Amino acid sequence: MGKQIVIDPVTRIEGHSKITIFLDDKGEVQDAQFHVTQFRGFEKFAEGRPFTEMPALTARTCGICPVSHLMAGAKACDALMAVQIPRTATHLRRIMNLAQIVQSHALSFFHLSSPDLLLGMDSDPAKRNIFGVLEQQPQMARDGVALRKFGQQIIEMLGGKRIHPAWVVAGGVAEPLTAEKREKIVAMIPDAMAIIQRTLDWYKDTFEQFRTEIRTFGNFPSMFMGLVTPHEEDEHNALLEHYDGVLRFVDASGNIVLDNVDPTRYLDHIAEAVEPFSYLKSPYFKSLGYPNGIYRVGPLARLNIIDRPGTPKADQEWTEFRALRRGVLLSSFHQHYARLVEILYGIEKIEQLLNEPDILSKHVRAFAKPNKHEGVGVSEAPRGTLMHHYKIDDNGLITWVNMIIATGHNNLAMNRGVAQVAKHYVKGSKLKEGALNRVEALIRCFDPCLSCSTHALGQMPMRIELLGPGNELLDHVQRA
Amino acid sequence: MNPSAQKTLSVKTLQINGKDVSAREDQTILDVARENGVFIPTLCNLDGLTPVGACRLCLVEVKGSRRLLPACITQVQDNMEVSTNTETLVKYRKMILELLFAERNHVCSVCVSNGHCELQAMAQKLGVDHIRYPYLYPKLAVDASHDRFAVDHNRCILCQRCVRVCDEIEGAHTWDVQGRGTASLVITDLNQPWGTSESCTSCGKCVQVCPTGTLFEKGRASGEMTKREFLPYLTLMREERV
Ligand code: FES
Repeated sequence: MGKQIVIDPVTRIEGHSKITIFLDDKGEVQDAQFHVTQFRGFEKFAEGRPFTEMPALTARTCGICPVSHLMAGAKACDALMAVQIPRTATHLRRIMNLAQIVQSHALSFFHLSSPDLLLGMDSDPAKRNIFGVLEQQPQMARDGVALRKFGQQIIEMLGGKRIHPAWVVAGGVAEPLTAEKREKIVAMIPDAMAIIQRTLDWYKDTFEQFRTEIRTFGNFPSMFMGLVTPHEEDEHNALLEHYDGVLRFVDASGNIVLDNVDPTRYLDHIAEAVEPFSYLKSPYFKSLGYPNGIYRVGPLARLNIIDRPGTPKADQEWTEFRALRRGVLLSSFHQHYARLVEILYGIEKIEQLLNEPDILSKHVRAFAKPNKHEGVGVSEAPRGTLMHHYKIDDNGLITWVNMIIATGHNNLAMNRGVAQVAKHYVKGSKLKEGALNRVEALIRCFDPCLSCSTHALGQMPMRIELLGPGNELLDHVQRA
Repeated sequence: MNPSAQKTLSVKTLQINGKDVSAREDQTILDVARENGVFIPTLCNLDGLTPVGACRLCLVEVKGSRRLLPACITQVQDNMEVSTNTETLVKYRKMILELLFAERNHVCSVCVSNGHCELQAMAQKLGVDHIRYPYLYPKLAVDASHDRFAVDHNRCILCQRCVRVCDEIEGAHTWDVQGRGTASLVITDLNQPWGTSESCTSCGKCVQVCPTGTLFEKGRASGEMTKREFLPYLTLMREERV
């Protein structure tokens, strides 16, 4: 009955990701590689499906950021239909996208990273989790839960389901917002605002302790990329943008390299390299070539490329944040800080959008047949720029799909970051707990979307190998 | 039904789950069970269409018969002793549903009919929580050549409701079945793309009676394909006109 299928590279699958650290003759860290060992093949099995199924189908790419895929997927579908979706639908999609960013950032900061920040990188791993935080600073643990709930409740209220809402559809959204739900969301805002403000205050008092980590956690020059609001008329007025807008590339000194790029033209500027050691492709900035064209996306990148966020409170915090360094901030450790500023922005912006005069309009969906054979949808996911690119046949069936996810954009940077941390903390032929945790913490800064961060609190399913000069295995650690 | 014929029909008495019931001789076990409030699960059966006994979900035990009998196409007989809820039946019904799921690619979460699917609802009702058989994962293409509708064979359970409604109610007989067993497929006209069918009137009746997400209106996103129950009214109107 049952068929046996043999998958050749099965030896690569140990947990969900693997890090290899290479030592040279003198026992010093020479290089490190971050391997993604999951292979999901979504792009392949979408072929032949009706394009209208894509938002829901691609939302299954990931259990952590389904909403982001819904956004990029639905936008690509709008492009295939060649419609301008109703204004209210855009507002509502934006609210859901921001709610997703708030809840995802809250998860990353409170549940996954606050144990390191509060209890210390070298603390007892058995306690270094959200429960340890609950013991030491119960308010903070509760805040994390509450903030996450804030985002999730908005998503649930709009979409009907928390995890995979079918509410975002090609052409707009399926249901308008009711006055009652609007009231409910508005009523939740003051609490969320209070939480993020006290968390920012705490963080600003705390992060100085992590000077060494700031210096060594993915602290290297690279370009940064992300969406900003269109600003053709005024080049100093590019605001924070998570749903629409244009692409901007900024270099390591903060100079604008490319601006006002139509995101549908992403292939003009980005190419993807394939490395034999990972299933995750490595996108790079074309004109600098591979691997020099390294760039980063995500919260830090977004705050690095804009001229200001565009909401009053976030504008203030952002000014303080950017004052940490002249030019742009290079250390990936600052992702934590950036996430907090973005949460603040998200809450302010959700409130603004809920006050739009037409937010309760019943006109929330455009209907059309497919009018183009190719469509691109780009939006900002919590972890960075997300690109969906579809081609369809005359009947609207998918013939080709390309998706670049945030973790992909960051792949080169994560590799470089791992090498940097390893060089600083790995000594000799043994992997010590503190070093190990810092390597993981670096990965956590990027909050990669390998579905792994959801599996365990504080620990990632990951294998780290230490290889000697002749590639012999000196030590390894496996975390289930 | 012809009223003059009705007069000559005799009455049969039988037992369902130990309870005495009476029925007209032209009734099926399913008809009588329903009249008496006894639940028998069905999928291919649809009021207003000729029953075909395709899905076998309505199997019942009849004393004296070595085989299980499909209630939707078995006529009542005097002194029949029917059981509708034995351990064997519960077991087989689950098995039948599991086999239906294993045969094609039923991915409920992204399906246009998610939440409005008779197969899904039946599985929930009968407590199917996992599939014990290996999935066949056939590679079946979607035909979206019709202007308004599409057919996704991956979701088809071969109930033939579309075939029957098109033939018996619309009178077009656009749909038919090709092949045998699990390789069967519903086809339009001479197995050509639906959009090129000469006989299809684009009435959409087949889409409305489809129990799963096989036949759907284009443009519908996941979970958006809801159906209208038009058939009872249509048959009623037609009967009245006779
Ligand atoms: S309902 Fe009787 S066989 Fe399908």
